[in-house]
Amino acid sequence: MASDARRRAAIFAVAWRAPLLIWQGSFFIGALGFLTVMSFWLVKNYRMEPAFVFQNWERILARPFFWDAFWRTLGLASLGTLVISVLAFPAAYTIGLVLSPRAQRLAIFLLVIPFFTSYLVRAYAWQIILADRGILNFLLSWLGIPAVSMLNTPAATLVGYATLTLPLVVVLQALSISSIDRRLIEAAYNLGCTRLRAISMAIVPLARSGLIIAAVFAFILCYGDFVAPYYLGGSLPPTLSILIVDTAKSGQQWPRSAVVAITMIGVLMAVSFVAMRLVYGRRR
Amino acid sequence: MRVNKSRANIMRPSRRDMLKIAGASAAFSIPHIRPSQAAPTEINLLSWYGHGEPDLVGEFEAKHNVKFKSKYYAGGDNMLALIAQSPPGTYDLILSDAEYVQQLLTAGYIDQLDPADYPFDDIFDEFKQFPGHWKDKKLYAVIVRYGHLGVAYNTTKISREDASSYKVFWKPELKGKIGHFDWHLPNLGSISLLDGNAKPGPFDINKAQWDHLKETTRSLRPQVAGFFDLGGTFSSLKSEQVWATVGIGDWITGVLKRDGAPVDSVVPKEGGIQWTESYSIGKNSGKQDIAKKFIQYILSPAGQVRTAKLKAYPALLPTKGGWKALQAADPAEANRLGLIDSADNNPIKLLREGRIHYRRLPVQQSLEEWNEFWQEYKSA
Repeated sequence: MASDARRRAAIFAVAWRAPLLIWQGSFFIGALGFLTVMSFWLVKNYRMEPAFVFQNWERILARPFFWDAFWRTLGLASLGTLVISVLAFPAAYTIGLVLSPRAQRLAIFLLVIPFFTSYLVRAYAWQIILADRGILNFLLSWLGIPAVSMLNTPAATLVGYATLTLPLVVVLQALSISSIDRRLIEAAYNLGCTRLRAISMAIVPLARSGLIIAAVFAFILCYGDFVAPYYLGGSLPPTLSILIVDTAKSGQQWPRSAVVAITMIGVLMAVSFVAMRLVYGRRR
Repeated sequence: MRVNKSRANIMRPSRRDMLKIAGASAAFSIPHIRPSQAAPTEINLLSWYGHGEPDLVGEFEAKHNVKFKSKYYAGGDNMLALIAQSPPGTYDLILSDAEYVQQLLTAGYIDQLDPADYPFDDIFDEFKQFPGHWKDKKLYAVIVRYGHLGVAYNTTKISREDASSYKVFWKPELKGKIGHFDWHLPNLGSISLLDGNAKPGPFDINKAQWDHLKETTRSLRPQVAGFFDLGGTFSSLKSEQVWATVGIGDWITGVLKRDGAPVDSVVPKEGGIQWTESYSIGKNSGKQDIAKKFIQYILSPAGQVRTAKLKAYPALLPTKGGWKALQAADPAEANRLGLIDSADNNPIKLLREGRIHYRRLPVQQSLEEWNEFWQEYKSA
């Protein structure tokens, strides 16, 4: 009787967990596996042929423009993550600690709204704002300042990254800041901290996990983004995401694009791993 | 004793409620069931943007009771990717650039065509045996429209005289104002013509010429404002973010001109490049007859006028009947396109003078070599 009940409990547990495992298994691990296998295939007469050769890896890893794109993408995404995390903090602090619960809910709701709209359309809207004869330069000319070239620069790419990630980063940071034990912050003030010292010595360390996770999300989104570097940055410089598209155009070279894609996934996994160690590593 | 439910609870419908809801839904949906005789035949079209729109196919759709279902691509590689991902017979009609027809054929995506079905008598001699549409004397694609690539420029910033040479892209006052259409083939072909590779052709160059071409191209890099896709090319010229673009022609500026933008294209003295579009019938299509009729319609004078004035992008015509019909229907447009015997930019005249070169895949280098150089150029 007892083992019957235990068996039913076990089946129940498996049945509820199975869908997630099957989903992750086929659409993520299976797809990743196929991508890896494909990177060893050949392309003959514009059609892929199953094979096991290393020439795709050799060819891509030997190209200087691959490494240029590699370091530039890493640099741009890291810079973007840093700038966005710093930009998001004041808003997150206000939402997490200053606003009333009702205002907090309203603020989070407003931050979720951008996700209802198309990111590509918002990027195009930025083109109109940043163009040489766009809205910003129009305002600057009103103030007598000569036109600044903003579009098709790395700075415009960063603007695109911010459009993509800022709402998410603010929400994640705000949620983690709001869950800090207020008594610890009060204690910091009681012990003589100024506002800034309270932030650097109490709030940031206490909200550390949330801040790191928000930064990791921002990095992952920026690193793989295609829209910002292409439509706002003008492919100057081309990032790995642009390289994937360009490589596939090289006579249907999907296997070589797969090499670039796997490199990107590898970098993202390494960054996530390091971040998780930072967040959860101390606890034993 | 039965307990009466005093109020129906919408969240917990009883069986009677379900029957009522089902009956109401069925009653409402009956008008949407149409008798099958009236259903139009669906033609699946794979093409550049705009070839399935009413301005081109509306008349044909009404006359033959068909409905075009279009899948648009941007670039031959995109087209090949779409076909490769679909089961055979997905597409009935494929509009393709000439250099991709051979790739479609090698990969087994298109059917052989019978030249007797199409008005080859009406087609100009130069285009009757268009390279790339035939293989081993068998026909696989029929030419329907074409256009020229050269220098596209802003008419308020650059004079037509300056624009009549590819050298204009290097002018110091245009630094940071030059755009590239992000595809290596037309860009490198144009610069190859500047290098003087008119014979045997800008795409048929030996190693020394290829090395020199790379050097010339690299020297243009400081002038470049950005690399743009289709939408980006339109918007950068329109917003005057760039004042001249390499690798495009009237197919972009013609559309912008309609909206009143001060842009134009010119075939420079070093020569221009011709892009050529043709229709093929997809293998295992099942609708070969109606697809054939549509190709015949596009080659008829009425169809040719429509395709020349396509809303998405204008084009030149390969048929004599088409030229006459356009001159009658829209003399201003015929004049602008040069589809008049006496015009300076008469495309057949330009072709006969040797000033136009067909765009094709590189002959002595691999496609990957050209593409990799383009990627290296972009990341410089």
